[in-house]
Amino acid sequence: MTGTMPTYLGMPSFPRAAKKAVADSQLRRNLTHATTAIRAKRANAVAELDDWEQLRQAAKAIKDHTLANLDTYLLQLEGNVTRAGGHVHWARDAAEANAIVAALVKEAEADTVVKVKSMATQETGLNEALAARGIRAIETDLAELIVQLDDDRPSHILVPAIHKNRAEIRDIFLREMGDAPADLTDDPTRLAAAARAHLRSEFLSAKVGISGANFAIAGTGSLVVVESEGNGRMCLTLPDTLISVVGVEKLLPSWQDLEVFLALLPRSSTAERMNPYTTIWTGVADGDGPRNFHLVLLDNGRTGTLADPTGRQALRCIRCSACLNVCPVYERAGGHAYGSPYPGPIGAILSPQLRGVTSAIDASLPFASSLCGACYEVCPVAINIPEVLVELRARSVAEHKHPIERAVFRLSGYVLSSPRRLAAAQRAASAGRHIVGRSGRIRRLPPPLSAWTDTRDAPAPPPESFRAWWARTRGGAE
Amino acid sequence: MRIGLFVTCLTDTMFPETGKAVVTVLERLGHRVEFPAGQSCCGQMHFNTGYRREAVPMARGFARAFDGYDAIVTPSASCAAMVREYHPVLAAEAGDAALARQVADVAPRVHDLATFLTGVLGVTDVGARFPHRVTYHPTCHSLRMMHVGDAPLRLLRAVGGIDLVDLPDAETCCGFGGTFSVKNPDVSAAMCADKVSAIRQSRAEVVCAGDNSCLMHIDGALSRQRTGVRSMHLAEILASTGAGA
Repeated sequence: MTGTMPTYLGMPSFPRAAKKAVADSQLRRNLTHATTAIRAKRANAVAELDDWEQLRQAAKAIKDHTLANLDTYLLQLEGNVTRAGGHVHWARDAAEANAIVAALVKEAEADTVVKVKSMATQETGLNEALAARGIRAIETDLAELIVQLDDDRPSHILVPAIHKNRAEIRDIFLREMGDAPADLTDDPTRLAAAARAHLRSEFLSAKVGISGANFAIAGTGSLVVVESEGNGRMCLTLPDTLISVVGVEKLLPSWQDLEVFLALLPRSSTAERMNPYTTIWTGVADGDGPRNFHLVLLDNGRTGTLADPTGRQALRCIRCSACLNVCPVYERAGGHAYGSPYPGPIGAILSPQLRGVTSAIDASLPFASSLCGACYEVCPVAINIPEVLVELRARSVAEHKHPIERAVFRLSGYVLSSPRRLAAAQRAASAGRHIVGRSGRIRRLPPPLSAWTDTRDAPAPPPESFRAWWARTRGGAE
Repeated sequence: MRIGLFVTCLTDTMFPETGKAVVTVLERLGHRVEFPAGQSCCGQMHFNTGYRREAVPMARGFARAFDGYDAIVTPSASCAAMVREYHPVLAAEAGDAALARQVADVAPRVHDLATFLTGVLGVTDVGARFPHRVTYHPTCHSLRMMHVGDAPLRLLRAVGGIDLVDLPDAETCCGFGGTFSVKNPDVSAAMCADKVSAIRQSRAEVVCAGDNSCLMHIDGALSRQRTGVRSMHLAEILASTGAGA
């Protein structure tokens, strides 16, 4: 079964969206600045550990084992959460998850909720679904707040407002945040202080907090949230009711397994040895934290993805965003072009699997890569993203009949699979080489090859192919 | 050792001088090179664009053409990686057990030129002379699929008269990516613009790489912008003796 991401319906294909982004000078500068800085920091943080590769292989093995035994571990998690006083709900897709959460918020008699930064609820479009039912959801992660105030979308998994610079953020605060000081500057400390003051009253009055989780430990029923600001911990501990929406792939069997991931995740995402705040909770406890805890386990296309032997490795992802930061395509196209809360290389293999390859954006995402492999190199759980991309390309081609492209590939396949036919084509190309001029360069070709010659010259064919030269000089029989 | 040259369809058709250069270098080192006429294409473009079924006959043709060679040497790390990593996948998907056996036999014997010279033959000085300012672009598949490491740089450093200079952000993709270059032309061109600017920054007169496909893309932009920088395959520099070039 495929999942849905309701707020991302009708997105244009990747090349169309990227064309706009590539021409946006402010966006290009913001992205290059941010990704270049974090890229170098990550490399240093990783280089500090001499067992990085072993950790990476261990993480891969743990995730593969868990995914292969997901049924067992999910039931174990449900049992342990329930025993610890929590309630477990199962959501097949985005709509079910949103309906469950909305009903729980109504039950708590709340019209406002505070949110921890969560990819799962971005995926389900929870904020919009709650708004439609008269419930206001307040993002409390600084960057998510910026994006929400600007009525924009996140463009990075870890740094949702990476596409904005300080001056732009100051303008958003002054425009959209009623209690922002009138003399606010673009000094990061002052910007953070303004957001802090703005959020404080919401933390103290909210009855319901909503979160995702980085990890769920089946063996004890514990949930783990890893963050930098401490705003997450406010949401996780202050309100009476806590609702956590968690993808079923977030499971780990035990605390011993968590150790591996806590070594990998901060270094890969923020280039820190350890993140500032790690909150772990198990059900409810008297006099400490929320009195009601609900865990919503989300499928939304994950079990469908699990069925594909190559594609399922995408479910190992721990949302560190290292692949985004090293990706030359992401750096130039930006996050919005990926038409999903999951941008960059991981998004290009995750979104088309979770949602299927039917829409314009999902059919084009597997092609949004030069297959350079930088993503695979840095991935802390060793997801071979290029391998999955090329498999999804085959799926996209099978789903969408492009009659002309198919004919071209059939014909070229026919020529290229036979040395005799290839030699004939080479002779024809050599004979026609003077049509293109004497410079040895082709400056202009008709569509679709004009996509090449718009920015690059093409070489003219040589007078003689290698094969013809060999036959002529070495006497080899062809 | 029986050496078969896999010249690749692109180099065969568009850049025959690279193929001749591979022959020159290997013969200079005292080896006999054969060119199995039954070869055509590794099928990478079809495979990477989603036309997997169309790539199967090419994998079959490759295994047949290179059966019996001790070493298969190619001036494309990308095509070498295609054979090594994905021909087994194609054979498995085609459900052809005989093909799978042939591929398993032939694929591990495919080497890109640089690692064949340094790794298999144990040579870094191939007796070349090239008195020019050169920068080297490590192509993505040579780095991340064939793991050539610094083999090409060691070969270049041993070239007589060469002024080898570092390329800034060398390991960033040039933006070619096969059909990516026409399916996502804006991002591809943006990546190439940065590669061209890095090459200009190095103030090299020649940019060198181990793959004619990436070079065709980089060279296309260098030429379009009239930079006066030329591109050369690694093999052609290694074949050079300083006379013409």
